[in-house]
Amino acid sequence: MKELSLNILDVTYNSIAAKAKHIEVVLTYTTDEKLTLSVSDDGKGMDETTLQRVTDPFYTTRTTRKVGMGLPLLKLACEQTGGDLHIESVLGQGTLIKAVFDTKSIDFTPLGDMTSTITTLISAAPNIDFVFRFVNEEHTFVFSTSEVKGILGDVSLEEPDVLLWIKEYLLEQFEIMGGIFI
Amino acid sequence: MKSLAELAAIRDKMQNKVNIREGEGGIRVVVGMATCGIAAGARPVLNAFVEEVAGAGLSDSVTVTQTGCIGICQYEPVVEVFEAGKEKVTYVKMSPEKVKKVMEEHIKNGKVVSEYTIDMAEK
Repeated sequence: MKELSLNILDVTYNSIAAKAKHIEVVLTYTTDEKLTLSVSDDGKGMDETTLQRVTDPFYTTRTTRKVGMGLPLLKLACEQTGGDLHIESVLGQGTLIKAVFDTKSIDFTPLGDMTSTITTLISAAPNIDFVFRFVNEEHTFVFSTSEVKGILGDVSLEEPDVLLWIKEYLLEQFEIMGGIFI
Repeated sequence: MKSLAELAAIRDKMQNKVNIREGEGGIRVVVGMATCGIAAGARPVLNAFVEEVAGAGLSDSVTVTQTGCIGICQYEPVVEVFEAGKEKVTYVKMSPEKVKKVMEEHIKNGKVVSEYTIDMAEK
């Protein structure tokens, strides 16, 4: 994957596939230049056996082919910076994925186009309530699709004008945060 | 500065056209967005379709949706075009530049861009 935001898009699809109603994606920059990604959902979760095997590329629940590369690629992306991947899951309750990256590492994959990842996820599953939280030392910015839906009423989140507005709004907010999430 | 209040203005503008899209018979563009697709560049391809369709004012007759892996990972990014009464067209190894041509020739004018289809790729 050329951008970390693509890994984020890819693993968050797992939460959509797990029939989550709420999905929260959090990116936190800390003073030691570490970046932590967490994706949590209230989807169907995994049993212990599945949990043990999800980072094995030759394990998948998919039926079209016999490999599943999403989580193995995320694991690679964080471990190659010296960070690690941690997964917790309870069957019937949900899953939490936490990946820590050392942004000082030469092997750190740039975050890339996070706004496209967000709008792509929203249009993939407009009915899910997404919360995207961006945190650095000085600021916390939270974008919640249920808040947007509250304002939009009957108008769909998928309307191109709405998605375009979201993109521009996010870019402005990322600039306020010093451009670290762009 | 953008504020959430601007969304209310977009809503008011949009509310007039709500439900126009209910009708059948439009074109459905489906982009493969599994790991294989994403790694090969499907996100910019999907966004290019969304922007082109909106830009051309075709949002009422053309829908752009996402799907998972259809099992031909070596050909990603894969785009399928469905239209009632016509055979499905599968475009392979797509890029935002190719999207422009598909929009212009196929979606707007009904002429399949054969050079990008899976049939040509397999020859």
